Amino acid sequence: MSFQFVRASNAAAAARFKSSSDGAMFIAGGSGVVDLLSQNVIRPSLLIDLTGLSNRGIDLTPQGALCVGALTTMAQLAWHENVMTDYPVLMQALLSGATPQVHHAASIGGNLLQKTRCTYYRNSGFACNKRNPGSGCDARSGFNAGHAIFGASEHCIAVHPSDLAVALLALNAEITLEGRNGKRSLPMDDLLRLPGDTPHLESSLAQDELIVSVEIPRLSRNTRSAYSKVDEHNSFSFAVVSVAAVVEIQNGLVSNARLAAGGVAPKPWRLASTEAAILHNELNEKTIENAALAAIQGAIALAHNAHKVELLKRTVTGILTQLAGHQS
Amino acid sequence: MSEQVKTYQTDKILGPDTVRIQMRVNGQARYLEVPPQTTLVDAIRDHLDLLGTKVGCAHGQCGACTVLINGERRHSCLTLAIMDDGDELQTIEGVRSVDGLHPLQKAFIEHDAFQCGFCTPGQIMSGLGLMREGHARTAQDVREQMSGNLCRCAAYQNIVAAILEVQQQAKADSQKAALLEEVHS
Repeated sequence: MSFQFVRASNAAAAARFKSSSDGAMFIAGGSGVVDLLSQNVIRPSLLIDLTGLSNRGIDLTPQGALCVGALTTMAQLAWHENVMTDYPVLMQALLSGATPQVHHAASIGGNLLQKTRCTYYRNSGFACNKRNPGSGCDARSGFNAGHAIFGASEHCIAVHPSDLAVALLALNAEITLEGRNGKRSLPMDDLLRLPGDTPHLESSLAQDELIVSVEIPRLSRNTRSAYSKVDEHNSFSFAVVSVAAVVEIQNGLVSNARLAAGGVAPKPWRLASTEAAILHNELNEKTIENAALAAIQGAIALAHNAHKVELLKRTVTGILTQLAGHQS
Repeated sequence: MSEQVKTYQTDKILGPDTVRIQMRVNGQARYLEVPPQTTLVDAIRDHLDLLGTKVGCAHGQCGACTVLINGERRHSCLTLAIMDDGDELQTIEGVRSVDGLHPLQKAFIEHDAFQCGFCTPGQIMSGLGLMREGHARTAQDVREQMSGNLCRCAAYQNIVAAILEVQQQAKADSQKAALLEEVHS
């Protein structure tokens, strides 16, 4: 494993280096990329170090939104004063995964674009259409307890591992990209792609684009939010199933709701039917039961992951019951 | 971190041969020549000959390689040395107090917080990082925030006790210092 290295001075230079070669990759915190390098899963010809760019830190916009530079670390975001007080779902999601050592390294942009933890992707002895397009998917016929119940294809059944991405989808965050032709923004839901027959194409970023910032809208005072994660152990494990919920309650009725699930799909999975089931309703036992059933509509279990369907139903029930209890 | 002076130029393609970099290691300026793929832990052990930092899993799961980079605890196996050019690095060799062992090292001995000792440098560096961060108040907080450091001998309860004791002592000392300051002023 040997490669070339360049420290980019700004986003435009980074974009220029990235488009110069198919083998060019970005690196920021390193916790994802260095791990994959040392396991020979990725073999870049050029690594472009983004840590010299200036988009680091958290600002409040005039509208009260949080504008988070893509190089901000997970620790900086999780322990930021506004996040701790106003965005429980975000703080809980960030601290529910990885370890403090990783929180101090991993960037927000890198977290969103991290690679799947599918064992078949990370072990080059197996066929994987993500790692080696056209080679097949050994996870389909293999041990797939950790794989997708939504959004998979016959070419790939891997899930996206980020907790942060699930929280950002529920928070309706907007992602700003920069490339050689300037900046553009897109909703969190459009950042990552479903595998279809091109599972190696994981995001909507063009070859020369990078994430420069994430904007998280201000929440109304009547909003409650939480992140609930079911995992095999409490530290450094990825979600079996997780749910992020952001629910606004006015006069006892749900006036706004956004929910997303993690660990169940190739990208954070919006639970639109669940949102519809609680909107304009009181969060009582009956509503929550309907909402939980709505969450699992369309789920397709593989040989070993049927438990995820029941877990998703129960996790939605749990988080909505928790948020209902917060009503004053 | 981004304002730090780098030994090499930005926007210049380097490697695959060795690149000259510089770090402040335990307070001293050190220069080394590494190819881009060298991880920080390999640079620490093989280029700087500081063997206190251990390689356990080599992919961020066990915490044995924990060091402080610019005061923050990080896995040295998950960072490239070339990216730490210009950084301030602290390893277990740099941990001490004026009268010998650092209070956290003494507390590890007093509380029997290790058996084989392989994970101990990483545990100490992680504990120092935890105390500096200041987010852990209870034993449960310490357990959660030390969860990136595995101990195969399972000395966990004693590790938590050692960290809590030093943290409480430091808090008491700083309160005492603050009180003295009030008296003096």
